Amino acid sequence: MVAVEGLSFTVRPGVVTGFLGPNGAGKSTTMRMMLGLDRPTSGDVRIDGERYRDMRHPLRRVGALLEAKSVHGGRSGFNHLLWLAQTNGIARSRVRTVLEQVGIADVAGRRAKALSLGMGQRLGIAAALLGDPPVLLFDEPVNGLDPEGVVWARELFRGLAAEGRTVFVSSHLMTEMAMTADHLVVVARGRLLADTTVSEFVAESGTDSLEAAFLRLTAGGAR
Amino acid sequence: MIAAEWTKIRSVRSSLWTLPLTVVLSGALGYLLALSVRSGGGQAFEKDPLMIAFLPLTLGQLPLVVFGVLAMTSEYSTGTIRASLAAIPDRARFYASKVAATTLVAAVVGVVAVPVTFLAAQAGLGRSLAMDGVAQALVGACLYLPLMTAFALGVATMLRSSPLAMGILLPVLFLGSQGLGNIPKVREVTQFLPDQTAWVMLHLAGPQDEARWARDYGAWSGMGLLVLWVVAALLGGYAVLRQRDA
Repeated sequence: MVAVEGLSFTVRPGVVTGFLGPNGAGKSTTMRMMLGLDRPTSGDVRIDGERYRDMRHPLRRVGALLEAKSVHGGRSGFNHLLWLAQTNGIARSRVRTVLEQVGIADVAGRRAKALSLGMGQRLGIAAALLGDPPVLLFDEPVNGLDPEGVVWARELFRGLAAEGRTVFVSSHLMTEMAMTADHLVVVARGRLLADTTVSEFVAESGTDSLEAAFLRLTAGGAR
Repeated sequence: MIAAEWTKIRSVRSSLWTLPLTVVLSGALGYLLALSVRSGGGQAFEKDPLMIAFLPLTLGQLPLVVFGVLAMTSEYSTGTIRASLAAIPDRARFYASKVAATTLVAAVVGVVAVPVTFLAAQAGLGRSLAMDGVAQALVGACLYLPLMTAFALGVATMLRSSPLAMGILLPVLFLGSQGLGNIPKVREVTQFLPDQTAWVMLHLAGPQDEARWARDYGAWSGMGLLVLWVVAALLGGYAVLRQRDA
């Protein structure tokens, strides 16, 4: 099965780049390929010119939150972050720091399966921040977050970009993307539809919102 | 990276019961078996009483085998494998640290379980088991347990599923080896099964000076065969791990 085909784009530092597409568009597959979890039949992904799988301490270069669960339900959030830190020579003190940064320090000793969906998502974001990386990938990060959490995540991503980091956020939620991203990469059916700024994307479509622009574009792609 | 694997091991409940259970199970069985022999219950053990101290390990190994299986299959069932490979994209390095940490922990458990079982057997028997071959058997048992754990880990990495791995390993360790192994014709084949290969060294294969028990290999060459099994299983596991998407 082909999930992604002929997809090529560049993500730049200092801004939040939104990765937009309907469910099944190949967003998660693309992000998994970035981390070397899935292998493309041809082509490759380079981060600062280097393949992810060639990096010695990748968590210090690239932090990622994947859509699929990647935490052992029986292990505490603290221990999950601790073993991750140990694999990449990250100081133990960073575990406490990121737990506080995402606001779950008080439940860090609880087993992961006892965490709410939103707290689990925050734990995943903490794991991405653990190595203080200049590049951050978040796949559907606001899934499961309550409204307050959604606002918090938006502020976090914009803040990380303002620090000069490269922030790449996937979502199928238009309005959320319109408020978070500066730049957009739009995909549907595994193909690239647009690689532009949010304002240009809307302006060029002749519509007045990101949602309308997106629907027009993906409807065109379906024909 | 071995430290990270150790953190994984000590932070889940399954380790907290499988590892002590190995010691408790084999120790208790050693004591009970020895008690029953002392009260005249086991003529079979007269020829080679060392069997009393080592037979319990064939039961005690089962929690360790489960431990070895879960070390890898829990990565897949919980999705942790994605975080593991994102943290260590070099799959050979990830696998090597997993194998090293798991085998090392099993070795420590073995070094506790083997003397505990031996002393429990002596206590139950009410006399010393210090005799020819005892040192070799003790060393062999301490090697046997981590080797079987590593074998289980390799098989589990090939199959990537706990039910599948247990479904193959447990029948092999129970039926194939111990049940069917009592039929002479079948034994010609089953003597080469992984756990069986260590049995000469552990005094579990019957008196080797009797033709009906004699194996086609000796104590150390049997242990060598087990090492070959382990190497094969681990290489098979690596071949699967390297190829498949996580």
